Amino acid sequence: MTTTTTIGELTAGERQPTRYGSISRGRRRTLYWSYFFLILFVIFFLTPPIYMFITSLKSSAEISAATNPWWVYHPTLSNYVDLLTQKTYLIFFRNSAVVSLCVVSVSMVISVLAAFSLARMKFWGSATLATGVFLAYLIPDTLVFIPLFKTFAFIHDKTGIELINHWWVLIILLPTLTVPFCTWIMIGYFASIPRELDEAALIDGAGYIQMLRKIFIPVALPGIIAATIFCFTVSWANFLYGLAFTTSADQLTLPVGIVTTLIRGDVYAWGQIMTGALLGAAPPLIIYAFLMDYYIAGLTAGATKG
Amino acid sequence: MADVVASGVPIPAAQRRNTMQKFVRRKSTVAFFMTLPLIATVACLVVYPAFYSISLAMMNKSMTHFVGFGNFAFLFKRNTFWMVVEQTVLFAVTAVVFKAAIGFVAAHFVHNLPAKGQRKWRGMLLIPWVIPPAMSTLAWFWLFDPSYSAFNWVLTHLGMPQVAWLGNPYWARFAVILVNVWVGSPFFLIMYLAALKSVPDQLHEAAAIDGANWWQKIWYVNLPMMRNIIQITALFSLIVTFANFDIVKILTNGGPVDQTHVFATWAFNLAISGNDIPLGAAVSLFMAPILAIAAFLILRNVRRRGNEA
Repeated sequence: MTTTTTIGELTAGERQPTRYGSISRGRRRTLYWSYFFLILFVIFFLTPPIYMFITSLKSSAEISAATNPWWVYHPTLSNYVDLLTQKTYLIFFRNSAVVSLCVVSVSMVISVLAAFSLARMKFWGSATLATGVFLAYLIPDTLVFIPLFKTFAFIHDKTGIELINHWWVLIILLPTLTVPFCTWIMIGYFASIPRELDEAALIDGAGYIQMLRKIFIPVALPGIIAATIFCFTVSWANFLYGLAFTTSADQLTLPVGIVTTLIRGDVYAWGQIMTGALLGAAPPLIIYAFLMDYYIAGLTAGATKG
Repeated sequence: MADVVASGVPIPAAQRRNTMQKFVRRKSTVAFFMTLPLIATVACLVVYPAFYSISLAMMNKSMTHFVGFGNFAFLFKRNTFWMVVEQTVLFAVTAVVFKAAIGFVAAHFVHNLPAKGQRKWRGMLLIPWVIPPAMSTLAWFWLFDPSYSAFNWVLTHLGMPQVAWLGNPYWARFAVILVNVWVGSPFFLIMYLAALKSVPDQLHEAAAIDGANWWQKIWYVNLPMMRNIIQITALFSLIVTFANFDIVKILTNGGPVDQTHVFATWAFNLAISGNDIPLGAAVSLFMAPILAIAAFLILRNVRRRGNEA
């Protein structure tokens, strides 16, 4: 940079032809280097899932024979068959599915209603409340699970309602993680809808509920899909609440079930553990494969909208 | 809701009923009722426990009487506590720095590709973020396994000595950070890629005309333009990493000899496994100051961004 500005026109003229060539060559070189490093990153990022898949195809005999761990000599589906006919694993799957679907519906209803009123129908303290929602989103589950555990024990002592060691208690707990985030991104999406639309609806005599149902939800549908995917991913993946609040084998969700029941056996059945983990990772992966753009929209909206 | 109330009431209604009806129909009342479920959820399940943990932390083990700062004084005298503090800070800071660096570099590489191929690469690079961390940590645990470690197999074939990945305290610390970086860097990648795409091309053209090389373009054009998102993402990730639980719990459960414990896993082991709820609450409270600082900075950044837009 300094050379071209300080040295006169003559030098710049001399270097002109080589520079034309070097720009296109430089671009191609950048491209090759980009591919090279991206391949390295992809290898780093995909090694664990691929290794999960490789191990899931091995029999216990092949694993304990300590042959090449990166290759399957006698592929078998026995791990998949064993797991999918095993009652406990299916119960984990059912618990996870029911919990996630309930959490998704509960938190979407709560957050869409709240986001609509916070974005459009200002009332006393609504701005503070929106900030509060954002702060609530920043409080991690690891900070609140101990007091919640104690509170649940206290409720049991006072009323006799047993809240600990039931899978459905996760439906009460998990909205703490999903509701603030979903409300926050829905506020962003609703705020971006032009005011002319709801004015037109008001003139036509629509009430607030009609306005929400007939204008806001259809227009902000991409945001709602993104928030729903987020809710599902969070509740499906949550490990801490399940580990702290449920213990019996028939009350566990998938992540906790795999870790506690399959690992604590006398023999580490690694083929089954990897199969279980891979099948457990499948629902989010399938959703991601089909709805990647919504997934990414939800991810980036969380921190950039404001 | 408002319509039903309106049509159900006869016109010559009493004055009191009329004001009541007006109150119910008022926009702010409807709005308040719509946010009520949110307020209830956040108040009961986030705000109340957060404050309750402060009072819990000041009880004795059987939670029968108040001991003031007794639990904290006890913690300050224990070596394990200071080790956990050190490890949590080391873990969070190192992991966030590496995640940010990998995300930044990878985002630039993806951005360099022709637009048609970007989707495919981005799709592959985001997979670690999509797999539930508990599941992928199991895969890492199996990769690090003492007797069948796939990494050691590679090392042996390359003629290098084997490594006790999770048995040696230093390697175990390395392992938990590595897994955290693996899980978290796609998030940085995607945020930085979004930020890179928002940098106008004209700026790069202008820089190129002025003779800037690729490094100068990154340093003087991209970095200032992305600064806000870089800060917000790093702070977000700092909160999540500081409060991390799954990875350490599954990979090492704090071992060997408590060397890899972070606040969350130690608090869990004290409170749930060790049945000393107040001490666990006291440990988890140490996450709060860092969270508060990060939250304050994020909020300031988000506000500033909102004003610019």
